[in-house]
Amino acid sequence: MKKIQIRLKNRNSLIEFIAERFIQIIALTSLAFILGIFYFVFQESFWAFKQINEKTRKEDTRKYYKISDESNMNDYSTEDDELRPEKYPPEKTNNNEYLNTKSDSLKLKPFNTLEEAKNISLHRYSMGQEKPIKFDDLFKPNDVIEGEQVFIWQPISTEPKYNILPLIFGSFKVSAIGILIAFPISIMAALFTIAFAPKWLREIIKPIVEILAGFPTVVIGFFCLTVLSGYFEELFNTQLRLNAFLGGVGLSIVIIPIVYTLIEDSLYIVPKHLSEASLALGANKWQTAYKVLLPAASPGVFAAFLLGFGRAFGETMIALMITGNAAVITLNLFDSVRTMAATIGSEMAEVEYRSIHYGVLFIVGSVLFIITFSLNALAEFIFRKKLIKKFRGY
Amino acid sequence: MLWQNLFSEKNSLKNFEVIELINKFKIFLFVFLFLIILITFGGLLNLIFNNSIALIAYILIVSIIIVIIKKKKTNLFHVITENTFIILTSLSSLVVISFVIYILTYIFIIGSQHITWEFLTSNPTEGLTSGGIFPAIVGTAFLVIIMSIAGIPVGTITAVYITEYAKENSLFSKIVRFSVNSLAGVPPIVFGLFGLGFFIGIVGKQIDNREIISKYNNINTMFLQSDSPFYKDNQANPREVISFFKSLKNDYSFETIEALEGLVLKGEYKNYNLEFYIEYLKERERPKWGQPALIWAALTMALFTLPLVIISVEEAIKAIPPELKEASYSLGATKLQTIIKVVLPGAVNGILTGGILAVSRGAGEVAPILFTGVAMYLPDLPDSLSSQFMELGYHIYVLATQSINVELTKPIQYATTFVLLVLTFTLNFTAIFIRSKTRNKFNRES
Repeated sequence: MKKIQIRLKNRNSLIEFIAERFIQIIALTSLAFILGIFYFVFQESFWAFKQINEKTRKEDTRKYYKISDESNMNDYSTEDDELRPEKYPPEKTNNNEYLNTKSDSLKLKPFNTLEEAKNISLHRYSMGQEKPIKFDDLFKPNDVIEGEQVFIWQPISTEPKYNILPLIFGSFKVSAIGILIAFPISIMAALFTIAFAPKWLREIIKPIVEILAGFPTVVIGFFCLTVLSGYFEELFNTQLRLNAFLGGVGLSIVIIPIVYTLIEDSLYIVPKHLSEASLALGANKWQTAYKVLLPAASPGVFAAFLLGFGRAFGETMIALMITGNAAVITLNLFDSVRTMAATIGSEMAEVEYRSIHYGVLFIVGSVLFIITFSLNALAEFIFRKKLIKKFRGY
Repeated sequence: MLWQNLFSEKNSLKNFEVIELINKFKIFLFVFLFLIILITFGGLLNLIFNNSIALIAYILIVSIIIVIIKKKKTNLFHVITENTFIILTSLSSLVVISFVIYILTYIFIIGSQHITWEFLTSNPTEGLTSGGIFPAIVGTAFLVIIMSIAGIPVGTITAVYITEYAKENSLFSKIVRFSVNSLAGVPPIVFGLFGLGFFIGIVGKQIDNREIISKYNNINTMFLQSDSPFYKDNQANPREVISFFKSLKNDYSFETIEALEGLVLKGEYKNYNLEFYIEYLKERERPKWGQPALIWAALTMALFTLPLVIISVEEAIKAIPPELKEASYSLGATKLQTIIKVVLPGAVNGILTGGILAVSRGAGEVAPILFTGVAMYLPDLPDSLSSQFMELGYHIYVLATQSINVELTKPIQYATTFVLLVLTFTLNFTAIFIRSKTRNKFNRES
């Protein structure tokens, strides 16, 4: 008997070994990619910090630009740059004068050496010298309008301003509206399905909510844009058709199924004997639901809140379509907002590879990543640790 | 039974039965009332905002009926609060359900009117204001197919590794589980950033550089032939080089001639040496892989759906009773044999579910591909992995927000939304169906 086992083991050992290594390599590669996202997004934005600093230093030594003087705007332009005689020393060929006059009339510079050819081709890809920014500009007020210090996000202009506070504020505003609409509805619907609904109704409600979870976000954004926006405009008499409130409603539609499912699940795993004891003591159904079920499932409810908020925070297409995309900091519900995800989504496609704007968008992305990831991790921690501990005792 | 009691003459109804009956069919009554209001006022939203009076009246009526029927001493306050609570909760779930039905019927009714065979199989025309969506459908299909080829096997193998090979409570598996779970909630746009920075910016650019280097090695050897203009003194003017390339007629002549003609147009008739030309042409090389492309979009999407697949397969593997595996081991099977013959067949439904859900998620999500490969409009279908493509979700976004004439494209918008919804729903329903089968598979006794 022992012999047979050993023979079997020997016959398979090589294949076994190879297969195990193969599985291990693939699994570790995919996990490396997953962990690589953590690393890479930050690395790219750290690169941006470094680049910003380097550029600042370089520009300072060259005294390339002057601040707050619009008449000097031409200093940034590349065409003038190419025409400067001191930068491109005249050649020693015979037809030198002829070439120079010709190029002047055509607004073209003759290029003769290899270095100059490289310079020109690089100018083709970069839109000219960028005005460098400091790290402080990302968070401190960077402009003054009517005596008030304001935060401006204005990446595409002659004097780009990158301040990411309005974007962070916008994300928080929209997702707060979204979760404030979605949370009561989904907690009530979950209580209804668990505590009051008969079994057949529960089996109708759950798949329908799952259908809602399967909706592409573009479709919800489209629906809000075409149908709900006009309705809300009439109802609230708003100035702007696309505003933060509409965005919040759109986001709430996305997060209702998530929050609902999580709360329902955590209510479902509350042990039956708790609610039965409550009912046996003469409590109503609603008293049982409100005083027994809900406190027992509170970690799950809280985790659902966090996860829903995180989901709303990172939602791109809806924010892009229906929030109006104006980066302003106001507390008015019916003003437009610009969220971080929408900013990345709308601007990243046109941005030049590894320019300052690119780096700043990666910084925005990593801020978004940190916030959503920490919300998720917190929810995960609460949900796994506390809820399971509460009922199983380990 | 209650119905039989109600209609049989022998059994007289007792009070508590009536109460039970009302309690049981309260929801029915309420839904009925709700539907009547829905029909009369037209539209769900009107109802929520305008009919709070009807709601309060209904709560009071039901409570009073119950109090009247119950002849015992009852606390009116308790009855009212309970009913308020029930009605509020049922109302909120009804809001969700009716919203889903509303949006579905709205899009399906309007969208299906514009669906024709021609719409599905023709290109968009006249600046996206008419024509069909065929390139978008094909692009979505390509994206989804490449994504599943890349993502689902890797996700399955990773899940097998986590559950079968990695130690249960080691630090490694804890880290993995934590990161996979948390990554499932990371916004899709961050994956898009990763795709742009890593796949396009690093991998794609590397491939491009290699291709360029090998290409210019070839060109270099060409220039060293005896019939080249550089043969004599390593100097030539652009026109000579152009005519040389025209005489060669090989793969790269077209692009090269185009670039060199730019040099001529700038008014250059001078002689340059060989290195100058090579550097000049290298600078003007268009990126092939280092730009948004189908393959990068698909890989980004695969990465985005990877946590979904891993979690789904992992749960399916965990649902397999350990006795099956133990039986397999006790019969002398090795680990690999157990995985192939017991674990994977047991988890096949989970793999299918995870894969289908991932595909449906990938078909519906636009954010990861926004800057990794999707294009607004392309006249041709994607012909290679490095070409850009159109996608249904992005097409809806473009039509709804960036079209020349939004009102004119309304029918196309609805029809495209209809197609996308049909696609994702078919996938989702299949997944739900398979999952319901799985749940029954190992729980026959219970």
